Amino acid sequence: MARAPEPARSTAPGGAPGTLLTSADVARVVDRMAHQLIERAASGRAEDGADGGLADLVLVGIPTRGAPLARRLAARIEAFTGTRVDVGTADITLYRDDLRLRGVRALEPTVLPDAGIDGRLVVLVDDVLFSGRSVRAALDALRDLGRPRVVQLAVLVDRGHRELPIKADFVGKNVPTSRSQQVRVHLAEIDGADEVLVTDGEPGVREPRGEEAR
Amino acid sequence: MKRHLLEAADLDRADATLVLDTAAQIDQALAGREVKKLPTLRGRTVVNLFYEDSTRTRISFELAAKRLSADVINFSAKGSSVSKGESLKDTALTLEAMGADAVVVRHSSSGAPHRLANWVRGSVVNAGDGTHEHPTQALLDAYTIRQRLGRLEGVRVAIVGDVLHSRVARSNVGLLHTLGADVTLVAPPTLLPVGVGSWPAEVSYDLDAVLPKVDVVMMLRVQAERMNASFFPSAREYSRRYGLDARRMGVLPDDAIVMHPGPMNRGMEIAAEVADSARSTIVEQVANGVSTRMAVLYLLLGGAPA
Amino acid sequence: MTSYLIKGARPCGGEPADILLTDGRIAAIGESLSATGAEVVEAAGLIALPGLVDLHTHLREPGREDAETVETGSRAAALGGFTAVHAMANTDPVADTAGVVEQVWRLGQEAGLVDVVPVGAVTVGLAGERLAELGAMADSAARVRVFSDDGHCVADPALMRRALEYVKAFDGVVAQHAEEPRLTVGAQMHEGDRSARLGLTGWPAAAEEAIIARDVLLAEHVGARLHVCHVSTAGSVEILRWAKSRGVQVTAEVTPHHLLLTDACAESYDPVFKVNPPLRTDADVEALRAGLADGTIDAVGTDHAPHAVEDKESEWAQARPGMLGLEQALAVVIETMVEPGRLDWAGVADRMSVRPAAIGRLDGLGDRSQGRPIAPGEPANLVLVDPAARATVDPAALASRSRNSPYAGRELPGRVVATFLRGTATVLDGKATR
Repeated sequence: MARAPEPARSTAPGGAPGTLLTSADVARVVDRMAHQLIERAASGRAEDGADGGLADLVLVGIPTRGAPLARRLAARIEAFTGTRVDVGTADITLYRDDLRLRGVRALEPTVLPDAGIDGRLVVLVDDVLFSGRSVRAALDALRDLGRPRVVQLAVLVDRGHRELPIKADFVGKNVPTSRSQQVRVHLAEIDGADEVLVTDGEPGVREPRGEEAR
Repeated sequence: MKRHLLEAADLDRADATLVLDTAAQIDQALAGREVKKLPTLRGRTVVNLFYEDSTRTRISFELAAKRLSADVINFSAKGSSVSKGESLKDTALTLEAMGADAVVVRHSSSGAPHRLANWVRGSVVNAGDGTHEHPTQALLDAYTIRQRLGRLEGVRVAIVGDVLHSRVARSNVGLLHTLGADVTLVAPPTLLPVGVGSWPAEVSYDLDAVLPKVDVVMMLRVQAERMNASFFPSAREYSRRYGLDARRMGVLPDDAIVMHPGPMNRGMEIAAEVADSARSTIVEQVANGVSTRMAVLYLLLGGAPA
Repeated sequence: MTSYLIKGARPCGGEPADILLTDGRIAAIGESLSATGAEVVEAAGLIALPGLVDLHTHLREPGREDAETVETGSRAAALGGFTAVHAMANTDPVADTAGVVEQVWRLGQEAGLVDVVPVGAVTVGLAGERLAELGAMADSAARVRVFSDDGHCVADPALMRRALEYVKAFDGVVAQHAEEPRLTVGAQMHEGDRSARLGLTGWPAAAEEAIIARDVLLAEHVGARLHVCHVSTAGSVEILRWAKSRGVQVTAEVTPHHLLLTDACAESYDPVFKVNPPLRTDADVEALRAGLADGTIDAVGTDHAPHAVEDKESEWAQARPGMLGLEQALAVVIETMVEPGRLDWAGVADRMSVRPAAIGRLDGLGDRSQGRPIAPGEPANLVLVDPAARATVDPAALASRSRNSPYAGRELPGRVVATFLRGTATVLDGKATR
């Protein structure tokens, strides 16, 4: 029996599977984002009359990989400016609205700087921005943790396919993908080496991955 | 994790550790926060089905469920259809029809939660059944030990008192063994079950001999009425042989802690000065009960399909 | 009256033969029999046994007709291959007067499926305080010979002694439910490793053994007959063996469930496995099988105990003790005794028909005798069993009004193909005829 021809792969919006960012790329992207954050903190002081500058900034990583990413950004900012920036992590598991689909997982620490986040510029840091649901959960978590002056979002990769009106303020790299593809961010602290990969997902799997595959 | 938490044996080492770790993360996430509430179980219904009065356990579960934003229904046997002779099965079918996602059950009959688990689709959490088990008490006790001593592996725990009638003892023996602790049961022979030899625990009749060699002393409540059934001659003799007073506390190793699941009979199994001492974890146990039960509810319900 | 010509059955497992049943009696046994007008029952491969006799059945009528009636219990008995059952006295009202035992006896006659032989209570209201009118029950139409407070132990040793003595006057026997009540307050299951873990109050073996030891000494002392109901422990078997070696007139029964099931069943907390005395350990089961094999235990008594659904679909402690037994008794004996080679078919006939009939004094009643050999001239009480058939027990398909079978879902051997009560088929092709 003759098989129906498969739809051509090229009709998918995604790029070719493979390595998206090498270790060197990741380092460069992180450096660029650090510079952008420094600028933003400085301009914030001018615009809002807030007196914080970099002292006003708190980088809050979303576990798993947002947490080391936030620490790296802080380290780079300190390297460029000599100023130490507050870093925290906010585990969002207990704020997710899709637990029923994903099942439970072990929780990770939520740690905020001693000075807290009230009245400060909080930048949420995550590895991949996809549906936006993680960020929504993080915003809900932040609401319970304090009252920041401004909340912004920094992501290493934005792969599109938003399901919520959420946009990143700092993006390391924009990557067009197809929904079925997976974007995997590997960081040395967790995975032993830095790289970002795009892989083809299982055929028929529409479940958002990448951002959620933490 | 299994769907139900009926007894300590439902938790293998990985599951038990996951519960304790989750409780620790919840504790840490909520520490110092003004809003001690998480949206995790929004839209889920947790029923507290209490056939036995136990205000402290019910409140602990209620608080745990509410802090996870679940809807909580308290269904106590008194003043409900249960007291009018409705069977456990009919009650179960009623809860099922109401769409309970979890049923937290306290019952005077051993095994009642097992029966209930056959009749409802939601998760059943045993909040104490007869003289069988009380697994969340054991989890909060293990959590408290780990918090105080930093470990469970190799920790030497003496469980002292009415082991025969104690669901707390049964759950603790099972769970502490799973988590690598070494348990010694200390009681007069009348208050140890025939068959205790098959438990993963040492047995001693001599409290004074055991105390210098333990890291944790867990005192069980002893009901004075037991002496009417000749389990021991008098409250005074019991207290003298098996009560924890200041003198006995003095022979404990320096870092050893004293636990009690409550409610205490001060002057019977535990002297007031011991209960109020720095070694006592009794107040922490109550606080840890809420976070441990939050962890259990989260792990049982968080991922379960509604 | 229909005559039946049974072709090719093996009486008590012996050589195949034809058996002709006419006018309520076994008319002839031999090869290639023929009889005009007789209905032929093809029985090649089937075992013929004398109609089974149960010493221990709870029919629940009067009082709990929602759980069982004399009629439904009789039908269950016939389907199990029984032609006589002893109906225990713990009805409501208690069978402690001639009036009640005659009522039960008459209901049995009306049902006409098995001989329902009432057991009389030893004490008024089973209260264990004063003797019931044992003589009046013995002299009644029900002709009571077995007396028992079953469900309760005759715990008072003086009262037990008097009962043992008194029934000698009419060749009666006291069937003791051996349970020292002070040792079993609140007891839920066998006391041992499992009860300790399950948190269910233990029923110590010693509570049974202490009473049996006491009672065999009393029986010896007063020269009376004693029957011990539902022996459940290895220690009890030892005491019985010792007593019999001394010549004490003691007999004993074991239930099918104690031959097959253990306290492991309680792990489910399903009260269908709650029974009194409780299910014991593997070692006890082994000792009971050995005791039945060597005759220390005389008989299999079902302790068929029907309970309404609401009395079993509950918490373990709230549930009533007892389980169905009539319809699976023979199957369990085949499974536990015949297939392992511990009892041959003649042995089955002895333990399930001959000896229980003798204990109940049903073997010398002329035309109405039970437990007689398969021989010409004897009453035509027979059961035909297919030993090769195996079936899975479905409680919904049982004839009993209740559903509390501990064998639900279990595959057991042996199918009762036909049962004859004094020449009348009560079961044919595995189905009750009425």
